[in-house]
Amino acid sequence: MSKPRVAIFDFACCEGCQLQIVNLEEEILDLIGVVDVVEWREAMSEQSQEYDIALIEGSITRPEDEERVREIRKRAKILVALGACATIGGVNKLKNNFDIEEVKKCVYGKDAQMPHLATAMTKSVDEVVPVDFKIQGCPIDRKEFTYVVRCLLMGKTPVIPDYPVCVECKAKENVCRWEYGEVCLGPIIRAGCGARCPSSHFRCFGCRGYTDNPNVDAAKEVMDKYGLTVEDLKQKMELFGSKQGHTI
Amino acid sequence: MSKNINIHVHHVTRIEGHGNIVVNVANGKIEKCQWQVPEAPRFFEAMVRGRRWDDIQTIVSRICGICSITHSLASTKAVEDALGLEVSEQADTIRILMHYSEQLQSHVLHVGYLVAPDLFTAPSVVPLVPKAPDAVKTIIRAHRVANQWSDLLAGRTTHPVTLTPGGLTKIPSEKELRQLQDTLKATVNDLVTICEVVLSVADKLPNFTRETEYISLRQDNPPTYTFYHGDITSTDCNGDGPVHIRDWEKVANEYVSPQSTAKWTRWHRDAYAVGALARFNNNADLLSPLGKKVAGMFGLKKGNCNPFMNNVAQLVECAHVVETSIEMIDKLLTKGLKQEKITVTPKAGRGTGCVEAPRGILFHTYEFDKNGECVAANICIPTNQNHANIQKDFEAFVPQFMDRGQDDLRLGLEMLVRSYDPCISCSTHMLNVEFVK
Repeated sequence: MSKPRVAIFDFACCEGCQLQIVNLEEEILDLIGVVDVVEWREAMSEQSQEYDIALIEGSITRPEDEERVREIRKRAKILVALGACATIGGVNKLKNNFDIEEVKKCVYGKDAQMPHLATAMTKSVDEVVPVDFKIQGCPIDRKEFTYVVRCLLMGKTPVIPDYPVCVECKAKENVCRWEYGEVCLGPIIRAGCGARCPSSHFRCFGCRGYTDNPNVDAAKEVMDKYGLTVEDLKQKMELFGSKQGHTI
Repeated sequence: MSKNINIHVHHVTRIEGHGNIVVNVANGKIEKCQWQVPEAPRFFEAMVRGRRWDDIQTIVSRICGICSITHSLASTKAVEDALGLEVSEQADTIRILMHYSEQLQSHVLHVGYLVAPDLFTAPSVVPLVPKAPDAVKTIIRAHRVANQWSDLLAGRTTHPVTLTPGGLTKIPSEKELRQLQDTLKATVNDLVTICEVVLSVADKLPNFTRETEYISLRQDNPPTYTFYHGDITSTDCNGDGPVHIRDWEKVANEYVSPQSTAKWTRWHRDAYAVGALARFNNNADLLSPLGKKVAGMFGLKKGNCNPFMNNVAQLVECAHVVETSIEMIDKLLTKGLKQEKITVTPKAGRGTGCVEAPRGILFHTYEFDKNGECVAANICIPTNQNHANIQKDFEAFVPQFMDRGQDDLRLGLEMLVRSYDPCISCSTHMLNVEFVK
């Protein structure tokens, strides 16, 4: 049996998720042994036409990029969105809270109308084409990445947690960030990261997106307890949770 | 010799981000010779408006995955400048250690994974694994050490979560620092091995020189080969005092080029270079003994104007940061670690932070209203500052090397771009070479 052909593509992003693949260090040698990496611009010069698995990093911000992602979808048997930019739009969606013309003017001034500086509303990959699997996080978690890849290679469906970060945070016996007067998104954000940020004494800012059914009532209860308002929460949710069009 | 050359490299590979190389030569005459940057612009300066002072770092860290610690440090320093916050000596030292971990990670990644394939005539590092397994494993080991180092101090390898205006949210334990120090001591030999491997193929780096201006930070008090503190200097300053970082806009003089979604810059001449070679050319006398030894191995001396030697200057810096960090950890442990409490009161103000990213000097400026909400931002990224210089290098390189034929010229141009270690997601994204026939 021939090895599965894997390709990695990047759109508007920081390329930090691809970096996590490189950061597998010695393990990447094992991975290279079981798949055939046919296209990975950041690391290789080779290019290809067909893929069993295509991994897409980054959000879609221009019409020409929508075309490119559709083309990749056509050539790929399985499409995986890699990291917050691809799965939920990521910080790039903050742009959608403003008027696009005004955003261009803010950065490029009088040159904003030059055609190569065109931009559109930021979209996650599944707002353009169907996505088969999502690996959440900013950046992705290396262990979760290898787990998902392993599942796909064995023809299994990966199971991603659908409970909030608080569950993992409590298991680590961290003092709740709310006790420090911080607005932590742990109660509504999908676990799977091992509560890395609260474990470093930093609030959860929501890079893994919401759980399927976020318990908003519980979140509101927590806010009442600590004397904070829904507005405080929204301000923090916008960082990674800005939606298409204006936020919330 | 070939009279006609058509090169169009669309999206140059093995660089971080998207760039194109376009060269047309007809009857021995150069008609077009361009370095283009088509990366999707991301508009960070617009997106941070309305965000609070304590969210800025979380957002702008995402400008670049490879230099996320650098962006986080620059923005955190800028917020501290705006809000008038002091940082303790202990937090300052740990931040510099954190910054060094990223320099090592980025330089090893660049030289070991992205540049080495050119020197060993391979399309990527993958075919090198069976050919030179020990060398590849040594490179991977050094890269892993750098990442574990970042992990310990920044809370993650990428996009730090321990930095906050005023200090750090969490500091390592003395035991963890001691373990880190042991690991770094054990890494010195690996670094020397990597240098020897690169030295064995260093003749593959083209012998190409073009005089230009080199800009970097400079720190006089105390004199330090600096990545984090100090003011702006350049090889064209000719004894003029350094420029304060708050005046960086007078140095960068940003402008929009039709070839690029990233802005370009110029100071004393039509282009300037930033990065490891720029830091070396301004501050080489302040390197650690091992840093100087590595420079000696390659015959790299101050005043070098061969852009391909930036790769070598990166190796020099790898040695320097590891050796210096071993000493810094000693100082921290001698003093003993203290838990520090941070209190911040938001206020209106404007502030600037400037640090050296692995690929060159980086500027962040923010303005806040009385509630601590950002009203304006200006960020100038090292790769942008190199774009005009890459273009000028192209214009000098193509006539010198076009006799060697299209394939060699194309490889030479790709290597030239890679030597700058461009991080185009930072500036936006790039790399493509087109030869037109």
